[in-house]
Amino acid sequence: MQETQAHVEAKAFSVYYGAHEAVRRVNLAIPSGQVTAIIGPSGCGKSTFLRAVNRMNDLIPGCRASGELVFDGKNVYGGDVDTAVLRRRIGMVFQKPNPFPKSIYDNVAYGPRLHGNPSKGELDTIVEESLVEAALWDEVKDRLAKNALGLSGGQAQRLCLARALAVKPEMLLMDEPTSALDPKATARIEELIVQLRGRYTIAIVTHNMQQAARVSDMTAFFYEGDLVEFDATKDLFTCPKEKQTEDYITGRFG
Amino acid sequence: MRMGTRKLLDRSFTVGACFAVTLMTLFLLLVIVPIFGKGAGAYVFRGTVEYRRMMLGEFGRGDEARIRPEWEAVRQARRPIYEAMAAFERELPDLPAARRKELRPAFKVVREGLAALLGPEPGSALPVLPRKMYGQTRWEQAKEKAADILFEETWDYSGDESVKVLVPRQPLFEGTALAPVFPLLEKELEALMRPRLTFYPRFLTDRSVDAHFFGGIGPEVLGTVYLALGAMLVAVPLGIVAAIYFQEYAKEGPVLTFFRSCVNTLAGVPSVVFGLFGLAFFINTMRVSQGKSVLAGALTLALLVLPTVIRSSEEAIAAVPRAYKEGALALGAGQWRTILTVILPAALPGILTGIVISMGRAAGETAPIIFTAAVSVGQFVRLPEVLSQSTPALSWNLYNLCTEHEAVDEIRHVQYGMAATLVLIVLALNLTAILIRARVAKRLKG
Repeated sequence: MQETQAHVEAKAFSVYYGAHEAVRRVNLAIPSGQVTAIIGPSGCGKSTFLRAVNRMNDLIPGCRASGELVFDGKNVYGGDVDTAVLRRRIGMVFQKPNPFPKSIYDNVAYGPRLHGNPSKGELDTIVEESLVEAALWDEVKDRLAKNALGLSGGQAQRLCLARALAVKPEMLLMDEPTSALDPKATARIEELIVQLRGRYTIAIVTHNMQQAARVSDMTAFFYEGDLVEFDATKDLFTCPKEKQTEDYITGRFG
Repeated sequence: MRMGTRKLLDRSFTVGACFAVTLMTLFLLLVIVPIFGKGAGAYVFRGTVEYRRMMLGEFGRGDEARIRPEWEAVRQARRPIYEAMAAFERELPDLPAARRKELRPAFKVVREGLAALLGPEPGSALPVLPRKMYGQTRWEQAKEKAADILFEETWDYSGDESVKVLVPRQPLFEGTALAPVFPLLEKELEALMRPRLTFYPRFLTDRSVDAHFFGGIGPEVLGTVYLALGAMLVAVPLGIVAAIYFQEYAKEGPVLTFFRSCVNTLAGVPSVVFGLFGLAFFINTMRVSQGKSVLAGALTLALLVLPTVIRSSEEAIAAVPRAYKEGALALGAGQWRTILTVILPAALPGILTGIVISMGRAAGETAPIIFTAAVSVGQFVRLPEVLSQSTPALSWNLYNLCTEHEAVDEIRHVQYGMAATLVLIVLALNLTAILIRARVAKRLKG
């Protein structure tokens, strides 16, 4: 694993909501195969940045981007990018677990069915593998046909993770994936992130600094749309170079 | 505000609300109970031997081997009446002129009454109209007809208010050969008519005989079903597509606001205007058919319910959590794919509820189909004929039978039966909507 190789690289990248510049000329390289945490107070642009990577911001009217955001050597905001392909390669897990009101099986199979025409056998394999990878298989293997809305919050979030993994993405974006979960479920998700590290490039937005410290290799600190500091997690949390970072991680504001 | 005032306001609001709800319930019962009570009479009643004879003659139904002996027995029971009439006619010319003048019109009334009660006299030519071929088929009407013969209805104007008086006819005929007929009618009516509890479920599907004198309301029910289903066939795809467009594709702006207000205005247009529009546009301008047709009616009804379908579908789509849409898009689904596989399935129950309620509305509407589809007397319309044929329909024919029929009083049971059936159909549709809604709530809970 080449630690230095960037999977996603932002070059003077800005995102605007109308006239408001929510992410300001950010330069950031997310290393391949590692876990990168993005922290910062509410409204600092961290989620906006994350959602720019797979262009989920396109859904928001009046939202536009400038500068470059390169994924795998290609500008995500280039004219010839197929967002469907981009989003298949970059999976996403949201703040609130959002399983579809379908069976557990159909939830995981949704992506594979979208991008190909897998046989029943292939689909069964993909569903099992994905659920095993998301550490949910043992809990749901007997009730795959049951509605996913019957799952607990933590299970639902792992199902969403399995659903994202089922399309075999290269990268995972996690937008505060544990903020709606209890501590036990949070711990399981964190364990999973550690397990998935290396196989996928992971970018995780979190409000929880302990979480960032526990699971990530690199940490980026955003403040009011600016990238204040980006460094190896252990360095950033032990000896931050910027005053603002220090104030934030020591809890002086937040 | 002080505590006391607040409590007083609270209480008076509760009382007012309870009063309103009670009043509404009372009115509902006041309407529903008689409709169902009397409407049931079209399906369950005491049918006379004439009913069984009519069923055999007009519909080929019933056990001939049992009806024939019963009919023979009834004829035996009726024989004295006809014999008395014949004897009376023979002796009439020999009576004094004054008495003749007095008896002749009365005898005419009795004779016509008997024909209405018992059917045509034996040996007379078979009448052309089916309504004259049989006597009274329903026991309660037979009793009324018998009373018409036994008593003459006159008005007493001597007091301040005029009072209806029933004067027995028998004394007038005392001493003539006709006199024994009256006690016979009074005491032996059951033997003459043989009433028996009758179930007639096929009232719902039978054709009517001779302008609803006999038979059922099948053509009307079928017409209503055609019109309601046809309207849905047009309104549902259009409505859902429009709702998807409004919710998922259209950009907020003056154009969208304009279209939205158009839809809302359309929902407020009186239905009679839709009827006139349907006539002017679909029939006179577009010429979808030569004249009134099921097609033109269904198209008009579709326009009428379209706003409802659009609005309920829009609400259902808007109620689908954004997170579902984001989840699908984040997996690489295109917008259309997301709508088809995630949004519409999640919105389906809400959309269905709107559709079912609209269908109830389409089934009950009268004004739009008067101009475009409905005729008062009609046969069953076969499926290929819906493009060109007009049809009877419950809503319009109910009005027609209650106001324009030549014998409004004789077919009360058909009117009530029709009303009850229409109300039942609409209620059943609304109940379906409620059930669908309940199932959604369950499904969304997981």
